[in-house]
Amino acid sequence: MIVRILGEGQFSVDEAATAGLNKLDTVLETAVEHNDETAFSTALHGLLAEVRALGSPLPADTLEPSDLILPHQDSSMDEVRKLLTDDGLIPG
Amino acid sequence: MRLVARARPPSSRLSGLSSRPGRPVPVAAKKLMKGTAARMGVMKRVSLVFKAKANKALDKMEDPRETLDYSYQRQLELLTKVRRGVADVATSRKRVELQMNQLQQSSTKLDDQARKALGMGREDLARAALERKASAQGQLNDLQAQYAQLQGEEEKLTVASQRLQSKVDAFRTRKETIKATYTAAEAQTRINEAFSGISEEMGDVGMAIQRAEDKTAQMQARAGAIDELMASGALDDAIGGRRDDIQSELDMMAASSDVERELSRLKGEITAGAPKQLEGGANGNSQASQATQAQGQAQAQGQAQAQAQPRSEGAPYAPPAPQQARPAAIPVSDLPEPQDGEGS
Repeated sequence: MIVRILGEGQFSVDEAATAGLNKLDTVLETAVEHNDETAFSTALHGLLAEVRALGSPLPADTLEPSDLILPHQDSSMDEVRKLLTDDGLIPG
Repeated sequence: MRLVARARPPSSRLSGLSSRPGRPVPVAAKKLMKGTAARMGVMKRVSLVFKAKANKALDKMEDPRETLDYSYQRQLELLTKVRRGVADVATSRKRVELQMNQLQQSSTKLDDQARKALGMGREDLARAALERKASAQGQLNDLQAQYAQLQGEEEKLTVASQRLQSKVDAFRTRKETIKATYTAAEAQTRINEAFSGISEEMGDVGMAIQRAEDKTAQMQARAGAIDELMASGALDDAIGGRRDDIQSELDMMAASSDVERELSRLKGEITAGAPKQLEGGANGNSQASQATQAQGQAQAQGQAQAQAQPRSEGAPYAPPAPQQARPAAIPVSDLPEPQDGEGS
């Protein structure tokens, strides 16, 4: 499974890690829904740390699309909300 | 100004989501895009948004091979933008560096002024100087934090630009291979995959450029504000060489205390009469250098001179100079000009 951390690049993560990542991701999503910036920041950093720890960086010349994409480390909740909308942050 | 323009295709159809042969996208994704989706996790949703962008762009192309060339063109443009972005951040960082140096110099100078003012017994002036120093120091601390951020952005963008370069190279190779062995059925899948991969990277790099741009803009605004503050004299521009009010007051005080010393020297000469003229000349020399010094130093100098005189004068004629009998006996409580005391 390929996971991208925006601003950092892509990681190859074992499928077995999916359950753990999903759990953290749910916490992240709940934090966004409840507008809880502190919980959001903790969850995001936890999630990114997990991907970095479990994954191995893909070579720079890989042209694979990612299965999962994570916001960059310093993202605010607001940025993530925009990221989740079709005409949000991602340039054309 | 945005570096990366958002290309919004006129058609908003999401058919690309399901038409992509490579990885089927769940129908739920369509709802997701409208924000009405059930729980799916941030990671998945973000990746679907990226895929939807790529698919929209793909759908616009009649001939898949056009997609390759068009995309490659945009990749090269983005490479140029990201490199320009790195240069912009570096320029901004250097400006901040310059300002930090100025503020540092200003702070040192104000500290020095406070010391001098206090030495002259002007606590009010010293306080004013220290207040300005605190303000300069505050600005400096803020700048340092922002400087670190800019450095971080610069590094990130540099890495992003290198990664994009690798991907663009890989894409070009793949593009040529696909074109050479083009058979409509198989090419479509391979093109879509390569396109999605690169377009995801482009989206990522595009956002990184925007972030760096925002930070740079904030930084520029701040740098401009500090420049204005310095121009107004509020922070005392040590670089400009302009004399600030604290400095001119200090100079004025130093000048007036020179006058006072000169006056008391003259008074001393007059009361002591003609025989003391030689000694008066020696005093005049020491006064000039004493003008800005503290009492203790003035005393030490006075003593040193009193001790030095017998040696130089005493050798040939050995007249019983009046000072000779007293050097060790100068009282500690003597005033700043001990020789005046001797004279009168």
